[in-house]
Amino acid sequence: MTNSTEERKIRLATVWLGGCSGCNMSFLDLGELLIDLSQRTELVYGPFTDIKAFPKDVDITIVEGSINNTENLELYREIRQRTKIVVSFGDCAVTGNVSSLRNVLTPEEVLVQSYGHVPGDPPYGSEASEVLPRLLPKSYPLHHVLPVDAFIPGCPPDPERTWPALLALLEGKRAEPAPEERSFG
Amino acid sequence: MSVITLTIDGHLVSGRAGQSVLEVSRDAGIEIPTLCWLEGLSPWGGCRLCVVELKGEQRLFTSCTTVAAEGMHVVTRSARLENYRRMLVELLLAERNHYCAVCVVDGHCELQSMAARLGVDHVRFDYLNPPLPMDISHDLFGLDHNRCILCTRCVRVCDEVEGAHTWDVRGRGTTERVVIDLDRPWKESTSCTRCGKCVQVCPVGALFHKGVTVGEMVKDNSFLMDIIKRRRSAQPFVERRRS
Repeated sequence: MTNSTEERKIRLATVWLGGCSGCNMSFLDLGELLIDLSQRTELVYGPFTDIKAFPKDVDITIVEGSINNTENLELYREIRQRTKIVVSFGDCAVTGNVSSLRNVLTPEEVLVQSYGHVPGDPPYGSEASEVLPRLLPKSYPLHHVLPVDAFIPGCPPDPERTWPALLALLEGKRAEPAPEERSFG
Repeated sequence: MSVITLTIDGHLVSGRAGQSVLEVSRDAGIEIPTLCWLEGLSPWGGCRLCVVELKGEQRLFTSCTTVAAEGMHVVTRSARLENYRRMLVELLLAERNHYCAVCVVDGHCELQSMAARLGVDHVRFDYLNPPLPMDISHDLFGLDHNRCILCTRCVRVCDEVEGAHTWDVRGRGTTERVVIDLDRPWKESTSCTRCGKCVQVCPVGALFHKGVTVGEMVKDNSFLMDIIKRRRSAQPFVERRRS
């Protein structure tokens, strides 16, 4: 179905970086509101699509997760370049949260403690490889790497806080959540 | 008891001589954000959130430690103060390891709600992520330095209300820590009476009951003013006995 407003649909993307995908799950919890959203927007990228490359000229990108490894970093740079409004979505994106629990250790220590509590070299991941992205020295919130335009904290942000913020952004306004809707955790 | 009159945020308010600017403000219904301050304990002036502007003064004053004076002009809300307060909360969040989502007081934390109240929806400063220990040696209570904001409520309630002075502070700056009995594991403390007052007044997840998990630790410090009121009414009797 096409109509005259079709061309002006807002190009929306959601991304899953260094997180557990809980924020994207919670995004799906918008339920029937997703129908409203689909009428206003075109989903051009996300874990729910099978699009491989991050597209150009995206209006709003909702980013879940922190910048944890070189792959996250590369993709986030691309997102930032190609998106008008980047939304830091959920505590991992906003603060580092659970992804950054490892920040008290070096990447090598993390890998040994997680996978290789035996003598010998730590497994893949602390160094560059053709197969796996390298872990960064720390797990960073998005805005510590490149600026973002809006923050929706929460672990995960529930639909009651996601929808009003998203609606404001879709209407070209600033997302200004009430105090009880902007707490961490 | 003499009465003083001062102006707070343009309102003419009165208070008793000797009251702090914070106390007079609160009595007048003007709320000033605080974290280290707790009614019933001596003021500490550590968190700096209660800073106010005084007419004729360049620097800011912590309202909890500033004695109200006749004719004072106090400003508790301004863009400058709100900017500093937000910055203070961001620095607290950046200094140690505060992970609300996996914290025992998630949803019941004064730092978490203060951040939301002041509009801190992200932290601009680099997180320090210091490797800090926990003390879970005690059979009833746990201490997590990762969450501690050094408000010293535990130190003060233990000294001033319980009378045990088990808690104290060692070090300075980012190396500062609350300590038990000259820095011993909690279970080895000979002064701790196991009363748990420190746990209840702690505004964050630094002190908790062992066995609780995420969001389960709900603090209740209502006992504090009950004890203090009863103690005040008992004071004349105690003094009579002493004389």
